[in-house]
Order: sequence, then C-alpha cells, then structure tokens
Amino acid sequence: MRFLDRFRRRRQPPSGEIARERLRLVLAHDRANISPGLLDTLKDEIIAVISRHVPIDPEGVRVTFTEGPRESRLVADIPIQTGRRRRG
Amino acid sequence: MAGRVLTITSGKGGVGKTTATANLGVALATRGQRVVVVDADIGLRNLDVMMGLENRIVYDLVDVVEERCRLRQALVRDKRLSELYLLPAAQTRDKTAVGPEDMVRICEELRASFDFLVVDSPAGIEQGFRNAIAPADEVLIITNPEVAAVRDADRVIGLIEAEEKGPARLIINRIKPEMVRRGDMMETAAVVELLAVELIGLIPEDEAVITAANTGRPVALSDNSLAGRAFHNIARRLLGEDVPFVPLREAGFFERLLRFVRTEGEER
Ligand SMILES: Nc1ncnc2c1ncn2[C@@H]1O[C@H](COP(=O)(O)OP(=O)(O)OP(=O)(O)O)[C@@H](O)[C@H]1O
Ligand SMILES: [Mg+2]
Repeated sequence: MRFLDRFRRRRQPPSGEIARERLRLVLAHDRANISPGLLDTLKDEIIAVISRHVPIDPEGVRVTFTEGPRESRLVADIPIQTGRRRRG
Repeated sequence: MAGRVLTITSGKGGVGKTTATANLGVALATRGQRVVVVDADIGLRNLDVMMGLENRIVYDLVDVVEERCRLRQALVRDKRLSELYLLPAAQTRDKTAVGPEDMVRICEELRASFDFLVVDSPAGIEQGFRNAIAPADEVLIITNPEVAAVRDADRVIGLIEAEEKGPARLIINRIKPEMVRRGDMMETAAVVELLAVELIGLIPEDEAVITAANTGRPVALSDNSLAGRAFHNIARRLLGEDVPFVPLREAGFFERLLRFVRTEGEER
C-alpha cells in the first residue's frame, strides 16, 4: 500500500503547482468578471439564438474564456448539423 | 519637500499589514527619515500594541477628526528612535467615524513635517480600505503565498488601478523556504507573475515576528532576525537603493560569532 501511495503521489504535481494553476483560472475569471456559471448561461442563450436560424448540435456547443497577456476572449464553438452529416 | 504617503493594504485579513507598517516605520526611521505611522484600522486598532506604544496614547485619529484635540497632540513619539511617531486609531468607534476626505486632510497636514507617512489599512475593500488609500501616493500590497491571499490581492490591485493610485508594488510575507523547496508553497516568481506587479519585498516566516509582537518591539529594531533584515531591505528600496532579491538565510556560525563580538564591543 505504501508503495502504491508513493507511486500515486509522484503522478500528482506538488501542491504549490496546483495552487498556481488554480489561481491562474480564478484570477482570469475574477478579472473579467465572468464566472463559470455565467459561461453556462451564455451557452444556453447562444444555443437558443443560433438554433432559431441554423440547426446546431446543442450537445457539442462549447463556450470558453481565455486570458492572454494582452487580451481576453470568449470563444464559442458551435457545431452545425449539416444535411450531409445527417445522411451519413 | 512634502512627505510621501505609503498605504499598506491586502484585501485578505491577517496577512501582515500591521506588522509591515510597524517595521517599515522603524526601518525608515532608523535610516534617518522622519516617519509617522498611521493606524487607519478604526475600531480594531493594533498598530499601537505591535509597536509597544499602547500605554502612551491620549488622543486618537477620531479625536482629531472631531476636533477634540489638535493633530500634534494625538501623535505618540516612539522614544527608541529619534523621528518616529504613531497616529493611533480609535478603538471604540467604527469606520464611519472617518471619511476619505478627513484622511486626505490629516495626511496633507502631516506631510509638511514628515518624510514618510505609512498608513496601516484594515482588511477588506469597504470604507476602511477607501479611507486608507484616499491619501496614498503609493500603495504597497502585502500577501502570503497562498491561493486565497493572492486572489484577494489581485482584486485590491484592480481597485487601486481603478482609483488611479497604481501601480501598486508587492510584498510577499510568510514565505517558508523549506516548503517552497519541496514544491508545497508557490514560488515567489509565480506569485509575481500571476499578479503582474512589481515586487518590493520578500519576508520569510519568522518566529521572531511573533516574539516581537509579544513584547512590542518590532523585529526591525535589530538586525538579528531574517524578517527584520527583510524589512530593512524594503526600506532601502523605498529610498531608491537597488537591493537585489537574494533569498534570505540564517547566518552561519561564524557570522553569528562575528556579530556577537561586534555588538559586545559596541556596548562596552
Ligand atoms: N513573517 C511573519 N512570520 C511569522 N508570523 C508573522 C509574520 N507576519 C505576520 N505574522 C503574524 O501574523 C499575524 C497577523 O499579522 P498582522 O496583524 O500584521 O496582519 P494584518 O494583515 O494587519 O491583520 P488584520 O487584517 O487583522 O489587520 C500576527 O500574529 C503576526 O505576528
Ligand atoms: Mg492589522
């Protein structure tokens, strides 16, 4: 068991590294005032608006937020259901 | 020349604002600066006990604002150094007893007689914090290398920028080199990078800070502790010296012996 524990611990990054990674995300969301919950709301509304005009695959929609050194962006990835795909 | 107003703030409570205010006051005064430390934490005053001056207080900041005394009368002189004074906060009032414009007015008056005003901010981002940053020329953010403290520091840095009091500079306090070495505490470089601000000081976790708080003798009064020396390095940087950020370490046996011999000699 000890042996397994040690093995497992090695695969997990040290806690200082985990802290830094968590902070990177938290600060990005704080700074833009965009919470993970808001991203879900945005996603639902985007699905509603787009699907009124274009057939899309709601399951495949992804709305993400990224922060770079110069700019932050919201990226919506919306897979469209094409006629071809439906046939295949 | 008019004095510089430095406000020390953090967002999160208990990260070392009062400790830093007391020690920077001492370190700057040791270097011949005329210094007043101002306790803006109204209702929870601590700076007086950190500096061991609690028995000498007659009037406080709220007495000055409400004109029960003159500003000069409220200043408590620290007899250990030639030009170090404390303007205490009121203990039995709350933050609403003072407004940002009062702080600006009082600091404006103090500027004429001092080189440095170091303002100890309360935790949080409400009125007490607003009061503390209103008179600031420069803001020093203090944090610990932990997730919650860094997150709050980031929030405060944003507010400081919005108030056009920036750019704030950063002190990282309570660093445990041993934990950093084994990866269980964030590297200072990581914290600086996350917060994207200029670093002005690194203070190690040091038991001497706690014994200093017990006795009311700030660590910066002597150079026997790592934390005390770290505060002196910040003071030197504030005075424009280019002091490299070398990791602080305990003095070796010979250094201690040398220092012992030297101080013994001085005292005789
Ligand atoms: N470098 C250090 N090493 C060891 N202990 C420390 C260090 N810095 C601060 N402390 C301890 O941490 C505690 C909190 O410090 P301090 O009162 O300065 O924080 P604060 O930010 O002013 O708190 P508050 O938000 O309540 O005003 C104190 O007991 C102090 O002695
Ligand atoms: Mg305090």
